[in-house]
Amino acid sequence: MPGQVQSIARAAAILRLLASSSGRLGIGEIARSLNLPKGTAHGIIRTLQDVGFVEQDKTSGKYQLGATLLHLGTSYLDVNELRSRSINWADPLAARSGEAVRIGTLLDGKVLVVHHVFRPDDILQTLDVGSLLPPHATALGKVLLAYDVGAANAVTQREPEPYTRRTLVKARALTRALSEIRDNGWGAEIGEMTPGEAGIAAPIRGYGGLVVGAIGLSGPVDRTCDGSGNPRPALVTYVRDAARAVSRDLGATRW
Amino acid sequence: MTERFVVAIDQGTTSTRCIVFDRRGNLVSVAQREHRQHFPRPGWVEHDAMEIWRNVGKVVPRALNQAGLSIDQIAAIGIANQRETTVVWDRRTGVPVAPALIWQDTRTDLVVEALSRASGAEHIQELCGLPLTTYFSGPKLRWLLDHIPGLAERAERGEVLFGTMDSWLIWNLTGGPDGGLHLTDVTNASRTMLMDLRTLDWHPRLLSFFGVPAAMLPQIRSSSEVYGTATAVLPGVRIAAALGDQQAALFGQTCFDPGDAKCTYGTGSFLLLNTGTEPVPSRHGLLTTVGYRIGDKPALYALEGSIAITGSLVQWFRDRLELISTAPEIETLARTVDDNGGCYIVPAFSGLFAPHWRSEARGTIVGLTSYITKGHLARAVLEATGWQTREVVDAMNADSGLELTALRVDGGMTANNLLMQFVADVLAVPVVRPMAAETVSLGAAYAAGLAVEYWPDLEGLRSNWHPAARWVPEMDAAVRTRERENWRRAVERTFDWIRPEEDPARR
Repeated sequence: MPGQVQSIARAAAILRLLASSSGRLGIGEIARSLNLPKGTAHGIIRTLQDVGFVEQDKTSGKYQLGATLLHLGTSYLDVNELRSRSINWADPLAARSGEAVRIGTLLDGKVLVVHHVFRPDDILQTLDVGSLLPPHATALGKVLLAYDVGAANAVTQREPEPYTRRTLVKARALTRALSEIRDNGWGAEIGEMTPGEAGIAAPIRGYGGLVVGAIGLSGPVDRTCDGSGNPRPALVTYVRDAARAVSRDLGATRW
Repeated sequence: MTERFVVAIDQGTTSTRCIVFDRRGNLVSVAQREHRQHFPRPGWVEHDAMEIWRNVGKVVPRALNQAGLSIDQIAAIGIANQRETTVVWDRRTGVPVAPALIWQDTRTDLVVEALSRASGAEHIQELCGLPLTTYFSGPKLRWLLDHIPGLAERAERGEVLFGTMDSWLIWNLTGGPDGGLHLTDVTNASRTMLMDLRTLDWHPRLLSFFGVPAAMLPQIRSSSEVYGTATAVLPGVRIAAALGDQQAALFGQTCFDPGDAKCTYGTGSFLLLNTGTEPVPSRHGLLTTVGYRIGDKPALYALEGSIAITGSLVQWFRDRLELISTAPEIETLARTVDDNGGCYIVPAFSGLFAPHWRSEARGTIVGLTSYITKGHLARAVLEATGWQTREVVDAMNADSGLELTALRVDGGMTANNLLMQFVADVLAVPVVRPMAAETVSLGAAYAAGLAVEYWPDLEGLRSNWHPAARWVPEMDAAVRTRERENWRRAVERTFDWIRPEEDPARR
């Protein structure tokens, strides 16, 4: 068994202490109660504050449990917040790649389209924010499943619907594809939803590296893939750059 | 041949930004620096014009460095700026004689009151297109001339210069005390109350009404033409455009045809409609202003409707009512219900602006029943922005005789899908968000690039414009009519709330 991680144990102790105290606690009180140097206690408290588990009262400077702790079981990043934070990165991705861009999250085993940027070619397109996509047959969906074991199991256990001959429906094939996505840090779908269409997607990560969504582009195979039928490396780079930029934005500041 | 780029300097109310654009209108790099806001007394808002000029010297090199560009790769500089803000400086030393008076500053309320009783006041709007209010530069300049000892005499002798932010930056960029060019563009000049909208020149009657000596005024030039060559910050690069920020957004949205309109949704919102080559006087509480002028072509005019409270109503909902913790969450909360449940919020926080202009009105929430939840309130908050847009559009249609066929939108609130759908629903026209989010800077870059033939013509710019999203009306016409009537009745209930002797805001 690996050894205990000391700072996590101390963080847990601080949370217990705050939970059991009737009012807010100052940094000195916390350090004394747990017999920790003030600097150590302060470092842990600051990290807990960054992730929203602890809040500091503005006037007294004392600490209490954060509101985030109460919603731990539910989705922690609002989908409209996700759109608002990613809009400035999704636009350039569409402009650079020349393809339509979508951002998705998992909702009840489906991919919910949170944001959609039109392909920049002035051909009339319809906004499909709010629509649901199959997770096993889209690049967005496969990327989201790759980082969500529970959702992935649910999909593989009930033999998902085949859209084309290329749709991954067998549990082993899908599991292998998801493992590849985790290795590469991005995923693709080539003719698995609609013949002749392909998609490329990468994960959006929030604070602490948690995957909160996926961003990707989609378009005809002859534009998005090279001669040997693989996604064009330049497009993959654009998608991964955009995903990283959104992730940086989400992790660097409070949500 | 190495690739060339256009630099836009966006001198805004809270910060100064430099954005570099490429030939397709794509953003290449951005650098930004905030400046201090000074509030020396209630109602007073000032900037240090020197600090702003120093910030230009910082953000421009930083933006070039980020993209790895050298000065000889810059084809032109365009400037977009906060409008109406007033600077007066010494032409020999280049030092401002007073802090810059910001458009939000209301110290001129007594000046405005006195001027509105003066003879000739009734003809002012006819000449300059603007009503007498505290926002515009003319009253601010009058205040400075009245309150800085000796300034009026020095102005007569031509020792001090007046300008809006565009003038201040261009003068400094072209040498300052050493031969700096003292000029402004038609859009900025159209916000001073000193320019005749038809001749596009300073009007003697307006100058004498405000008591402003002609010797201190900049020369009025087109929005897009080569003014001169920079000697500072980007030495050797041509300065080729200046536009007020909202006009720059109109240009960046490529609203080049009469009937084209854009709305920028921020804390407040600004809707501008291109009305063509003739100024359209407003009988419905809108402003008549210059949209832009390219080279020696005729100027294009615009009607402008400003909505004071839009994004700031969401902020109020977040910070004062604390019903949400971030602004985007309002959409999540609003989607917990299907409609407003009969509830309406009219945010007349400091009276009603266009098209009502009722300063004694105050905000109200009507239609409250025990059925109403915070979800309904969230919906009413978003719908208030939609209906206020509709009121301005109705006034524009009535004034201009043009029927709006689509609305181009930009600004932070365009990330709110529910709101954009609602705007399309109540206007009964499609609402389109372009791929280029930075329309203000893009407009300045476009105007500059046109002047130096970096871009060939307006058609070339139009082909750079692509929709990123488009919302089409889905609301049933009968529902729209009923809701419009409910909104009208809700607005009526805000009237006559503040009585003159009770107004706590009056000093």
